[in-house]
Amino acid sequence: MTIKQTVLVCQGTGCVSGGSEQAFSLLKDEIQNSGHDEDILVKRTGCHGFCQQGPLIAIEPEGIFYTKVKMDDMPEIIQSLLPGGKALERLFYRDPATDKHIPYYHEISFYKKQERTILRYCGSIDPEDINDYLEIGGYKALRKAISEMTPEGVISEVKSSGLRGLGGAGFPTGRKWGSCRNAPGDVKYVICNADEGDPGAFQDRSVMEGNPHSVIEGMIIAAYAISAQKGFIYARAEYPLAVSRLKIAIEQARQEGFLGDNILASDFSFDLEIFQGAGAFVCGESTALVRSIEGKRGMPKVMPRPRTTEEGLWNKPTLLNNAKTFANIPLIINNGSEWFAQRGSEKSKGTAVFSLTGKVVNCGLIEVPLGAALRKIIYDIGGGVPGGKALKAVQTGGPSGGCLPADMLDMSVDFDSLIRAGSIMGSGGLVVMDEDTCMVDVARYFLDFNQRESCGQCIPCRLGTRQMFEILDDITKGEGRPGDIDLLFELSESIKRSSICGLGKTAPNPVLTTLRYFRDEYEAHIHEKRCPAGVCNIG
Amino acid sequence: MHEELLEQILASYKGEKEELVPILQEVQENFGYLPEKTMLEIARFIGVPESHVYSVASFYAQFRLLPLGRKRVAVCRGTACHIRGAPQILNTIEQTIGLKEGETSEDLEYTLETVACIGCCALAPCVRINKEVSGEMNPGKAEKIFITNGNGSHDDN
Repeated sequence: MTIKQTVLVCQGTGCVSGGSEQAFSLLKDEIQNSGHDEDILVKRTGCHGFCQQGPLIAIEPEGIFYTKVKMDDMPEIIQSLLPGGKALERLFYRDPATDKHIPYYHEISFYKKQERTILRYCGSIDPEDINDYLEIGGYKALRKAISEMTPEGVISEVKSSGLRGLGGAGFPTGRKWGSCRNAPGDVKYVICNADEGDPGAFQDRSVMEGNPHSVIEGMIIAAYAISAQKGFIYARAEYPLAVSRLKIAIEQARQEGFLGDNILASDFSFDLEIFQGAGAFVCGESTALVRSIEGKRGMPKVMPRPRTTEEGLWNKPTLLNNAKTFANIPLIINNGSEWFAQRGSEKSKGTAVFSLTGKVVNCGLIEVPLGAALRKIIYDIGGGVPGGKALKAVQTGGPSGGCLPADMLDMSVDFDSLIRAGSIMGSGGLVVMDEDTCMVDVARYFLDFNQRESCGQCIPCRLGTRQMFEILDDITKGEGRPGDIDLLFELSESIKRSSICGLGKTAPNPVLTTLRYFRDEYEAHIHEKRCPAGVCNIG
Repeated sequence: MHEELLEQILASYKGEKEELVPILQEVQENFGYLPEKTMLEIARFIGVPESHVYSVASFYAQFRLLPLGRKRVAVCRGTACHIRGAPQILNTIEQTIGLKEGETSEDLEYTLETVACIGCCALAPCVRINKEVSGEMNPGKAEKIFITNGNGSHDDN
């Protein structure tokens, strides 16, 4: 017998919170009991992306897509899978614009308008089974790199792809690899930054939960390119599911000979360990992250200092990239740099994964080519703002980023355009805000976050962000003073100029962008003691 | 009994300085928090001053220096949750169980805390009780969870 239907049950964190683990076990048992387990395969997968509609179940090969599945629906779902069964219309996705049921996921605009490359197999392979990854061509890129390419050849391929670091700063990946390879020393490390401390972002988590081997394969290729012997995945302890899937994946990769001594019978040896970040936003900063692995407080090193590629973990050259950056590597090696560079804008190649959340109809994990217009992301994929409300702003880059106003919707989303607009790309959080969101409250919210997360080492950040927070707190309480806006500008300027690390240098961004684009809201709070969005408790 | 458990945990480590964070994580996983005594032992075990262990333990958000309640309630204060009403959820829970953020009830039933982001942003606002995440909260739903919870088991669905 051959498999006729594959039932893909999403086991991302969102769907698990809706009970998809129990749904998976029940489906698997019931199909087995029915004696149809030879032609119906029930499979656990990572995040399908459309978390808001979860728990999700997809049935291949047709692509039937069930949303908001509950345990009570299971008997009917099982019936529908058995011979003579009919698909369950009531569980289809209902398009809020047309009110029609859409049976197949590839016809839903949320999916139709995306270009999923990093996420392509999240949601269709079992993340806890290496054979699934091997079946889709997994570890082929590693084999190709080791047997057909020199380390320099790998680096030059990555360089010509134009890939830039997807952790936020957008530094050219190939150049980073090159300088780490050229750094003197025999002992080198590769670290995957999967700390994802930005509130409102879950794209790294979803990649690790959905396709952990793609990150691991990318890391092994990087290690081959720079001649590293040991690597770490620095993952947040708040992501227990991602950590457990990575552990399983590392163990399986070891058993298959992709990790350990003499990988694929070559003289290249490399092994990986998981380090669980204990919760500090500042550890996204490379020098702080490295100190944290060394068992110290995660406080960034003071400038001037050598780059981490020259002096990183235990003072050895260390290559640090984001999880999504590594996940791109096997694609580049397999398909070539030209294939990769077809997507994206002139200076930002490839795709970007965003966590699309907030006041938007379709929340979830999406992937688009870099350079896509904000409008496309929010309206074509996100379905616009719910409840007929007006869009007010889009926040990118988390606490280091900024809020862009609705009239900038045609802006292209890439590293450089966002910086010009006063925000940053960041790791990929994209939070939509509507007319009921108060921009002063949002600025206060981010400054509260930044002052809590300041490591306390340098005064501009430790005291400056605290001062800014207090001023904003007063304004939102209706206790703002006429000179407050000037004072916020002045503080922002000195914090940006004199903080020692990226956290401090970008901490004022949420205030600066809201002042730039929504100054009238600040003025209404200060002068008229009124919150135009009706969020702040004034009086 | 505490000494024995700590010994068991430490037995799987080599006693090197860089093992501090993983050791603290495992100790907290088992004890629920980091009792002062264990931190002193850990300092001796890895050969660093006690002040170093304390400085690291107090730096990271994950570590707790006081005992926790049996039900750890974490209200997500991520961006998506914030703009979709997390402050009201926190307020409701504070009033329902009579604790402020960061407090633990005297009978050690509840600890109420906030977390930077659970990563369930598409289901904002979210609350996590021990390891279980509940999404799409509103004040009414939040209140109900705690009233059911108080009478017995937590309703999963």
